[in-house]
Amino acid sequence: MNDQIILRVISKMFIPFILLFALYVQFHGDFGPGGGFQAGVIFAAAFVLYGLVFGVEAAKRVAHPAILQWCVAMGLLIYAGTGMAGILLGGNFLDYGVLDSHDPVHGQHLGILLVEFGVGMTVAAVMITTFLCFAGRRPS
Amino acid sequence: MIELIDLSLLLFLAVVAVVVVRLTNLFAVVLVMGFYSLVAAALFTVLDAVDVAFTEAAVGAGISTVIMLAALLLTTSEEKPQPVRVMPFVVVLFTGAALIFATLDMPHYGDPEAPIHKHVAPRYIEDSAREIGVPNIVTSVLASYRGYDTLGETAVIFTAGVGVLMLIGRALRFRDSDAKDDA
Repeated sequence: MNDQIILRVISKMFIPFILLFALYVQFHGDFGPGGGFQAGVIFAAAFVLYGLVFGVEAAKRVAHPAILQWCVAMGLLIYAGTGMAGILLGGNFLDYGVLDSHDPVHGQHLGILLVEFGVGMTVAAVMITTFLCFAGRRPS
Repeated sequence: MIELIDLSLLLFLAVVAVVVVRLTNLFAVVLVMGFYSLVAAALFTVLDAVDVAFTEAAVGAGISTVIMLAALLLTTSEEKPQPVRVMPFVVVLFTGAALIFATLDMPHYGDPEAPIHKHVAPRYIEDSAREIGVPNIVTSVLASYRGYDTLGETAVIFTAGVGVLMLIGRALRFRDSDAKDDA
């Protein structure tokens, strides 16, 4: 779509706001609708839009495949690692209350923040990877 | 008034579903499926399930439409004509009728005496503000009380991503020769 100047300019204007909205959904999920799943998908949507307008090869240079694959695994590791941290600190698996030694409620806040971040990371990376894989293939 | 909105949305959903079945142009099917998800999201919003509506709108109407379109690049955009078969239609009608018959035994929507509102929900509603301290109870159930389930769901997404990478991950390699990546 190299000749679609209106699409290119409008997408460039929109992408930062899509990313910002994804971060809002991610970190405001404690107070309103939203959370890691939705935020991850919206974050990926920004990259998908970039890939659709500027081409898959350009999108690959922005979301480098090696980093993407790293993120796919890292999100799940952050989630499971938060659970393991609960065990190491003397609680149960995925018991966030022990993450803060003074106030269990603060521990819960920290735990929810971490696991939602992990979910968002994995979901965003998987969605971008899937899009790039499918759109990057040519019919044989 | 609310019933009217519910009914028209449900009717809309049924009409869109029939349209999806009738269409043979796969490009149109993908777009109408996205529209189906959007109507479903509106229905979830009316039912006060905003978190579910959000997910449906973002995943169903948004990203899966794009991924299905990308998948269409690899195949034809026209469905092969199928002969009309009676037996599957009868089975579908029978199953649908049985399901509608079963709903007659279910508690009414929003009934406070329904079993689902008597089990763990009261404890979540009463204690989550003190135990978790997060205003959105959906988040505290999803991430804390039901943390195992969400861990499993994330693992499912992870597995799906790994599956795509293993099957068609070669497409991720750079095309220009100067940036070869053997990941």
